[in-house]
Parts: sequence; structure tokens; C-alpha cells
Amino acid sequence: MGSNSDRKPFNNKTIEWIDQRLPIFTMLDKEYGKFPTPRNFNYFWNFGAIAMFMLVTMIVTGITLAMHYTPHANYAFDSVERIMRDVNFGWLIRYIHMNGASFFFIAVYIHIFRGMYYGSFKQPRELLWILGVTIFLLMMATAFMGYVLPWGQMSFWGATVITNLFSAVPIVGPGIVEWMWGGFAVDNATLNRFFSLHFVLPFVIAAVVFLHVWALHVTGSNNPTGLDVKGPQDTLPFNPYYTIKDLFGLIVFVAVYAMFIFFMPNALGHPDNYIPANPLVTPPHIVPEWYFLTFYAILRSIFFDFNPIMLAGFGGIGYYVAKVVWDKNRTDYFSTRNLIILGVSGFLTLVGFVGAFFPQLHIPLTNMVIIEAKLGGVLAMFGAVGLLFVLPWCDTHPVRSARYRPLYKAALLFFVAIVLLLGYVGAMPAEGIWPWIGLAATGYYMAFFLVILPILSKHEKALPLPASIAQAVLDEQAAKAAKLAKKGA
Amino acid sequence: MMMSHFKKVALTALALCMIGAPVHAAEGHKYPLPDMDWSFEGPFGTYDKAALQRGFLVYKQVCSACHGMKKLYYRHLEALGYSEAQIKTIAAEYTVMDGPNDEGEMFERPARPSDKFKLPYANDKAAMYANGGALPPDMSLIVKAREGGADYVYGVLVGYTNPPEGVVLGNNQHYNKFKSGNIIAMANPLNDGQVTYEDGTPQTADQYAKDVTHFLAWAAEPEMEQRKQMGVKVLIFLAVFAMIMYAVKRKIWEDVH
Ligand code: HEC
Ligand code: HEM
Repeated sequence: MGSNSDRKPFNNKTIEWIDQRLPIFTMLDKEYGKFPTPRNFNYFWNFGAIAMFMLVTMIVTGITLAMHYTPHANYAFDSVERIMRDVNFGWLIRYIHMNGASFFFIAVYIHIFRGMYYGSFKQPRELLWILGVTIFLLMMATAFMGYVLPWGQMSFWGATVITNLFSAVPIVGPGIVEWMWGGFAVDNATLNRFFSLHFVLPFVIAAVVFLHVWALHVTGSNNPTGLDVKGPQDTLPFNPYYTIKDLFGLIVFVAVYAMFIFFMPNALGHPDNYIPANPLVTPPHIVPEWYFLTFYAILRSIFFDFNPIMLAGFGGIGYYVAKVVWDKNRTDYFSTRNLIILGVSGFLTLVGFVGAFFPQLHIPLTNMVIIEAKLGGVLAMFGAVGLLFVLPWCDTHPVRSARYRPLYKAALLFFVAIVLLLGYVGAMPAEGIWPWIGLAATGYYMAFFLVILPILSKHEKALPLPASIAQAVLDEQAAKAAKLAKKGA
Repeated sequence: MMMSHFKKVALTALALCMIGAPVHAAEGHKYPLPDMDWSFEGPFGTYDKAALQRGFLVYKQVCSACHGMKKLYYRHLEALGYSEAQIKTIAAEYTVMDGPNDEGEMFERPARPSDKFKLPYANDKAAMYANGGALPPDMSLIVKAREGGADYVYGVLVGYTNPPEGVVLGNNQHYNKFKSGNIIAMANPLNDGQVTYEDGTPQTADQYAKDVTHFLAWAAEPEMEQRKQMGVKVLIFLAVFAMIMYAVKRKIWEDVH
């Protein structure tokens, strides 16, 4: 007796023949046909399907490009230009792929924002969320290596800057970097392995997307109210309601994407990448692609070495956050003892900074370097991504949706503003006021996860929740009708 | 202009998700680039074949002494409106190295349409030696490889002025308003009357600059006309498709709303 006994037969003979042996049609019907889906999705729920479409697009165009591309330092640039000029519709394939990376990130950034705003990362969807962040990390690695392949000036120098980051790791760093390069500089060996990895990683992403969607179909989707589905009145079958809505949204997205492909294909890129790589000429400003700018700014926001005084201060603040802020049962934020801890560690941090920036004051111990700026920056950058992984444990408030949590909503929208600001800072030369703005913004980024969310989880009083998803839909319709009636009168 | 309006609309659509564009701060004084009205701008932009042919003439008679165009073959000139016979004649003006022949010898022969544009120098070292240490960049992609594109290239060609007070020029240095950093190792290449036009177009340095830039813009993006024409069709299709899908969606959702 197999696992295939309680199957409903199909009318079509061929389908039935296949389904008896491999119940793929039963599965499709269950997961995408009848699949009960909350009835109140807004258009933010389109971006998962859009991201899926982009992944497929990238794989198809990528494989086609790989048929004509030559991964060799001497020929890579020319082979890309050959694709642009001599391969039939090569320019089209390349521009779809090139702009596709940007639009994939746009879709995924909106998708992630949706998850944060409506609390989709919360119990029981933590693993679904973690798989999503894993996809995001893999996407970053893939996009970074892909950008190296045309072997233009930004390819080469971007690769040099980013791989060099790993030299910040104590002791083994320089060894790791040479191991990654396959030599003593970014060169042909590096290009070859990046091509190999850029080819295979999207298939790894596809595998993780499969797990991600599997996990989604176990828990079912969240929805704009963040309420659990309580019964059939709260849901609609996925097909036709959401197949058509996803299709409509996808076409609008693709139209914007097509505007870039056909009318400004290089607007999101950098002109320097049309100059062949030259290890002897460093471009005046090395900037990563726009979708990395936020993380690039965080990397560069640590522009000072950490001295022991500073670290002692940070340690004290960390102790306070871990013991007081993160403890569900404590509210004694400003007890005398805690004020003393905060005061002393704040003072130490301040002294550490003053010593670091005014060495002429000769403050003891502040000339000692415990963590170099470069390593600090790398830790901050990876920490920023790492925090996304642990988000479900930073925000443990029982109410999911920001609709009913005004304070969370404000903090989150401000967080989005900060992420955009960091992106802007990342595009600026690291001079003048910019690194300081970057530092302050990085501070908020970290504090959002580590301080604001735990405090809100403990104290925020949510607005009254609707009784159910169906009730929320009815309330909305009533409100709309009332508005219309008012207009008419 | 069409293009910039179009750009604005699309960029606004993305404003929420896009993060600041990379910014350049070159040393020297930054003059705003001339905003030219190129026929190839905008979603319906096309190249002007007469301008392309004149621009090619300027490139051939002036710039090609120092700048190569590695990505171009003589056969590509068909896109400028030249006939096959004309291209054969143009190519035959150049001598290229071929071989080895059956006896194992390299030999020279007149270029054919299937040959690449002949390069002015054997290699970068030779080019730098001949230009006082500065490398004249390859022109195939120059319009795509500079912030500002065609406006920038045109700007550099017409941007030569006397250096402002306090700027001291070295040997082989020239002051240029639009070159990033203002110092350029190329002497003003264009003078009035230098190239003879047969079609009555004014033979001024400014006109030469416009025409050669037009030609270089084509060289950087030979697919542009095809791309934009296809884009218009694709967008019309998508707009109609989206409207139909929206109508279908409304119909399907009618009973639940
Ligand atoms: C006598 C040799 C010579 C001739 C003729 C010449 N150039 Fe140049 N050109 C150079 C050199 C050398 C440079 C590099 C300048 C530098 O790096 O400062 C250069 C640089 C350039 C640049 C790049 C500026 C930048 O932003 O880097 C452009 C564009 C250019 N030339 C266009 C032309 C055009 C168009 C013509 C024909 C009208 C032409 N040149 C004729 C020698 C020449
Ligand atoms: C390759 C990239 C990705 C693809 C193809 C993808 C695909 C999907 C699809 C098809 C859905 C269901 C439709 C929807 O609810 O929007 C979904 C849901 C979800 N995704 Fe992704 N995803 C990707 C990346 C991510 C990332 C990077 C994250 C988070 C960091 C994430 C978090 C989630 C969450 C939490 C859900 C459940 C949403 C809900 O029900 O509210 N996804 N994903």
C-alpha cells in the first residue's frame, strides 16, 4: 500500500495515468488550486510570486548568456561585447539579465518589508522567514559574483575591495583571501571560480525557494490583519482568485522592468563598467551596485579602531540590554543600580571615543587597538544581515500586523527611512559628514532590532483587533460604503 | 525632452525602492554639461544617417590617428547607410596583416568588410609613447563609459578654454571645462574647416563635434534603434494585457467584494 490511496481520480485519461503513478496533479490542485488563502491580501502579497518569476527569468537568461560568454581575464570583456553586438538578440538577453538582478532585489526588498510590516516572520512562520533570509544572503553572493563577470573596471575593483574585507579576520584573514582569489590578486583564477559559483548558486537558491514555499504551505499565508485563519469564511481558493491577481500584478511589475530594459538599460549600472578591467588604474570612487549600498554604508560606518575603554563601555551597555531590556519580566530600566550601569558604561564609551579621535589627549589605553576598524566594519555588516535572521526573537509581541501596533509601525517606517538613508550614504564618498551620518544610522539599525523591538514587545498596547479576517473585510466594506454615501449626499 | 520625462516617470515609480545613485566628485571645477538635443534620445529616438556618415568621416580623418575602435568591423558601417560596394572601398583604403599563408609567411593585404577597424597603434605602450605618456582610450564604448554619455563627449570636444587664474598646466596638459578633473592630455583635435563635407553642412569645429559624437553614440549602442522600437511594442502589449487581466480580475472577484 503506497501513500497514494486517498486520491480523487481525474477525468482526463493521460492525467489520470500519470497521477496514479506520481500524484503531481493532485499536489498541484491541492497546493495551487484549492489551497485556502486568506481573502484579504493586498498587493504586497504579489511580490513572492514576482520574485519567483524573476528567479526563473534570471536562470533562463543566465544560461543563454553562458553559452556565449568566455570566463577568461583576457576575453571576458570582449565576449560580453560580442554578445551585445554580434549574437542575435544578445543585447536583449544581456539587458534582461542585467536589469533583472536589480528588479529581483526590488521585489525581494518589498517582499521582506511586507513580512516585517505584517509580522509574517512570527510564530509559526519563523523557519519560513529564516529560509527567506537565507535566500536573500545567497542572492547577494550570486549578484556580487555576477557583477564581476563582465570584467569591467567596477567588476575588478569591486571584487578587489570586497574580497579584501576578509583579510580583516585575525590571523587566518590573509590566507583566506589568497585562497578565495586562487592567487595573489584578483585575476583569471578568481574570474573562473566566480563564474562557476555564479552559475550554480541560483540553483541552490531555487532549492531553498522550494523549501521556503513548502514551509509556507504548511503554515498557510499570513494576511494584512495578521490574524489566524479561523474557518472557510476567512479564505478563498488560490485559483482563480489569486492566480489572476498575481498575474495582473506581475504584468504591471514587468512593464516597469521593461521600461528599464528597453529605454534606459544602463541607468542602474555604472559607466565605469564599460571600461575594461585594468589592475593599474583605480577608479576614483568604487561603488557597489545600488542594492548593496545600505550594507556598504554599514561596512564603512565603522571608521575607527575599537580601544579597550570603548569596548568596556559597549560591554556595559550590552550587559544592560541583555539583562534588563531582554528580560521579559523586568521593567526596572531606571532603577538606581541600572542607571549606574548605564551611566558608567556610557561614560566609558564617550571617553573611548574622545581618546580615539583626539590622540593628542593621551588618554590611557585609548591608543591600544583591540578590534581594527576594518574588522569592526565587517562585523557590523554581517551583523546587520544576521539580525534579520533573529528578528522573530527580537519582536515577540503577540500581535502580528503593524496595523494594530502604532508604535511598531512608526519604528518600522523610520527603520525603512534609515535603510534608505544608509543607501544614500553608501553612494557618497567617505568624506566629511557622511561617515558620521552613516554611524548614527547604523546605530539606529542595530538598536531597532536589539532595543526597540524587545521593549515594544513588552510594553506596546495594541489597538483592538477585529474578530476575524472575514469581519475585517466586512468592516472595511462598510467603511467604504459609508464614505461613498457621504460623498453622494 | 522625451527621454528625461520618460525617465522621471519610471524613476518615480521606483522611487520607494531605489536607493541613491552613485555620485562622482571629481577634483577640479565641475561645469554643468551642455544639454544637447540628440535625435537618438527618448523612447522614439533614432540615429540620423547623414550625421553618422559625417561623424564617421571626422573619426576617420581626425580621431583615428590616435583612437582605435576595437569593437567595430567595416561591415558594421552598413548601419550608417553605406552600400556594400562603398564599404569595400572604405575597407580597401587600409592594409592589414594576414596569414600565415601556405608557406607559413605573414603577408599584407587590403582590408575587407569582414576585418576589424584598423588600429592606429600596435599596442598600448606604443600609443602612450606617441602621446607623451597618455593613453588615448578606445572609442568603441566611450559614450557608455562616461557619466553624461554623448553630452559629455561633445562637451570634451568643445570644452577647451584658457585655464583659469592659478591653474598651471604641465607639458602635454590642456584645460578643458568638461573633462572630469579639467586637465586633459589631448590637444583640441577639431578646428573649423578641417574636414570637407560634401552635403553642405557647415564645416565648423562645433558641427564636427556634434557629428563625431553622434557616430560614437551609434558605435557604443548599435542596437539602440531596434531596442527602442521593440520596447514600444512590448510596452503597448503589456499595457493592453494588464488592462485585460485587470478586467478579468474584477470579474472574478465580483462575487466576493
Ligand atoms: C593626437 C592624438 C589624438 C587625436 C587626434 C584625438 N585624440 Fe582624443 N585623446 C587623446 C589622448 C592622448 C587622450 C587621453 C587624454 C587624457 O587621458 O587626459 C584622449 C582622450 C579622449 C577622450 C576621453 C576623455 C575622457 O574623459 O577621458 C575622448 C572622448 C576623446 N579623446 C575623443 C576624441 C575625438 C572624438 C577625436 C577626434 C575628433 C580625438 N579624440 C582625437 C589623443 C587624441
Ligand atoms: C528568491 C527569492 C524569493 C522567492 C522566489 C520567494 C517566494 C515566495 C513566495 C512565492 C511566497 C508566497 C507568496 C507571498 O506571500 O508573497 C513567499 C512567502 C514568504 N516569503 Fe518569500 N521568496 C523569496 C525571498 C524571501 C526573502 C528574502 C524573505 C525574507 C527575508 C522571504 C520571506 C517570506 C515570508 C515570511 C513569506 C510568507 C508570507 C506570508 O504569508 O505573509 N522571502 N515567498
